[in-house]
Amino acid sequence: MSMAMFIQHLFNALTLGSLYALIAIGYTMVYGILRLINFAHGEIFMLGAYFVFWGVTLLHLPWFLAVIVAIAVTSLTGVLVDRVAYRPLRDAPRISALISSIGVSFFLQNLAIVVFSAIPREVQRPGWLVDIIVVGKVRILPLTLVVPVLSFLLMLGLLFIVYKTKPGLGMRAISKDIETSRLMGVPVNRIIALTFGIGSALAAASGIMWALRYPQLQPVMGVIPGFKAFIAAVFGGIGSIQGAVLGGLILGIMEIMIVAFLPTLAGYRDAFAFVLLIIILLVKPTGLLGEKLEDKV
Amino acid sequence: MLNVRDLHVHYGGIHALKGISIDVPSGKIVTLIGANGAGKSTTLRTIAGLVRKSSGEILYEGKPIDGWPPEDVVKAGIVMGPEGRRIFPHLSVLDNLMLGAYSRTDKDGIERDLEWVYELFPRLKERLWQKGGTLSGGEQQMLAVGRALMSSPKLVMLDEPSLGLAPLLVKEVFEIIETINQQGKTVLLVEQNAFASLKIAHYAYVLEVGQIVLEGTGQDLLNDKRVQEAYLGG
Ligand SMILES: Nc1ncnc2c1ncn2[C@@H]1O[C@H](COP(=O)(O)OP(=O)(O)OP(=O)(O)O)[C@@H](O)[C@H]1O
Ligand SMILES: [Mg+2]
Repeated sequence: MSMAMFIQHLFNALTLGSLYALIAIGYTMVYGILRLINFAHGEIFMLGAYFVFWGVTLLHLPWFLAVIVAIAVTSLTGVLVDRVAYRPLRDAPRISALISSIGVSFFLQNLAIVVFSAIPREVQRPGWLVDIIVVGKVRILPLTLVVPVLSFLLMLGLLFIVYKTKPGLGMRAISKDIETSRLMGVPVNRIIALTFGIGSALAAASGIMWALRYPQLQPVMGVIPGFKAFIAAVFGGIGSIQGAVLGGLILGIMEIMIVAFLPTLAGYRDAFAFVLLIIILLVKPTGLLGEKLEDKV
Repeated sequence: MLNVRDLHVHYGGIHALKGISIDVPSGKIVTLIGANGAGKSTTLRTIAGLVRKSSGEILYEGKPIDGWPPEDVVKAGIVMGPEGRRIFPHLSVLDNLMLGAYSRTDKDGIERDLEWVYELFPRLKERLWQKGGTLSGGEQQMLAVGRALMSSPKLVMLDEPSLGLAPLLVKEVFEIIETINQQGKTVLLVEQNAFASLKIAHYAYVLEVGQIVLEGTGQDLLNDKRVQEAYLGG
C-alpha cells in the first residue's frame, strides 16, 4: 500500500472513529448517571439525520440552519424520552428502565417508518463536502477532514461543560452518589434531563455527519452504528467520557484498517466489533479507562 | 424554627416512625439519641425530603415543607450532613465544598462562606486540590460539615458526625458543633454518643423503635436514671 493510500484510509478511519465516539459519549454519560443502557440511543442518532434532511428538502432551510434546528429538536426528543419512558421508572428495579428503552427503540423505529417511510432515501450532499481535494498524490474527501475537526470541537465543548460548569459538577456528583447530591441541593431530575439533552445532541450531530458520509437515510440506520458505539463505550470503559472517545476512535480506526489491509476479511466488518467486545470483557471487564462502578441504590 | 408533629413514616411494611413530635427552636442545639434502628436517620431524612411521610406535619418557620424535593428544602435553609459522611471521593475538596453551595447564586456570599469554612477547618484549606477520598476519616468529617455549611443553612442537621472517629477527633467534632451554633446556626444533632451530645445540647429527645420515650434539657437527661442505664453505660 502506498503512503498516499494510507493517508486516505487514515482520514476515513478518523471520520468513522469520531462518529462512533460521538454516539458512545451518550451511552456512557447516561450509564454513568443512571446505570441504564439506553437502547433507544441509536434511534436518536437516526432522528437527527432525518430531521436535517427534512429541514433542507421540505422546509427549504439553508444547510447550516437545518443542522442547528435538527440538533436542537433531537436533543429535546432525547429529553422527552427520559421524561416519559425512564423518569417514571427511576425507583423501579433497573431492568424495568432497560426494557423500557428497548420499547422506545422499537417505537421510534416504527414511528420513523410511518412518518418517513421504510424506503431508503438518498441524501443530496452539498458539493463542497464531496468535491475531492488533491494534495500531491493524496486524494481527500473534504468531509473526512470536516467530520473529525467538528467532532473534536464538540468534544472540547462537552469537556468544558462537564469539568468547568456548575451543571457539570452536578453531573459528576450524581454519577457517584445521587442521594447525597440531592442533599446538597443538586436538582437531580434537571441534571439528568440535561445529560440526555447533551448525549442526544451529540448523537444527532453524529447521525447528520453519518448521513453525509454514507448518503442514505433509513429508519433502521441507527441500529448498527448504535450497537458499535455501545461496544466502543464498553471497550473504553463505560461511565468514562474519555473512555468513550478512545473506544470510538479505536473501533473506527481498526475497522477501516482491517478492511484496507486485509480485504479478504471485509465481509466480517460488523462482526469485528463484537470480537473486540468479547476480548475486552475477558481481559479487562471495566474497559480501557473504566473504574469499577458500584451499583447504586 | 422547626416543628415536627405526629410524624409517621413507613418503609413498605415497616412502621419506622410511629408519631413523633420534635421542636427545634431557633439558635439552639437539639439532639436526638437512640439505639440502632430507632429511627433517628429516618427522622432527618424525612425532614430533608428524601423520604415521604405517611402522615403528620413538618413545619419550618411556620410553613409545611413535607413533600418538598430535597433541593427546595436546602434552598429554604435546612441542610443535612448524612450518616457516614458521604464525601464525593473522586472530587477535589474544593469541588466538594462547592457542591454544598450548589443551591446558591450569590457569588460574594459563597466566597465569604468559603473563607469561614477555611477558618473553622484550616486543614481543609491546605488540601483544596486533594481528592475527597484521599482524606483521613477526621478530615472527611470536617469536609462533610464544611460542605453542609456552604449551603448557608439556618438549620444544620448532622447524622452521627462522630461515628468511627478516634476519641480526640470526637471531641473536636463536638467543639465544632458548639462553635457553629455560637456563630448563629441552629443544630439538630443525631448521635449514638449520648454523653457528648447531651452535654452540648440545649434540648434532647430519646427515640426508641420509632417513638419518643423521653425528652428534656440535655442536663435533665444526663441526670435521668433510665438514660444513664440505657445509653450512658449505667
Ligand atoms: N430504606 C429502608 N428500607 C426499609 N427499611 C428501612 C430503610 N431505612 C431504614 N429502615 C428501617 O427503619 C428503621 C429505622 O432505621 P433508621 O436508619 O432510621 O435508624 P437509626 O436510628 O438511624 O439507626 P442507626 O443508629 O443504626 O443509624 C429500622 O428498622 C430500619 O431497618
Ligand atoms: Mg442512622
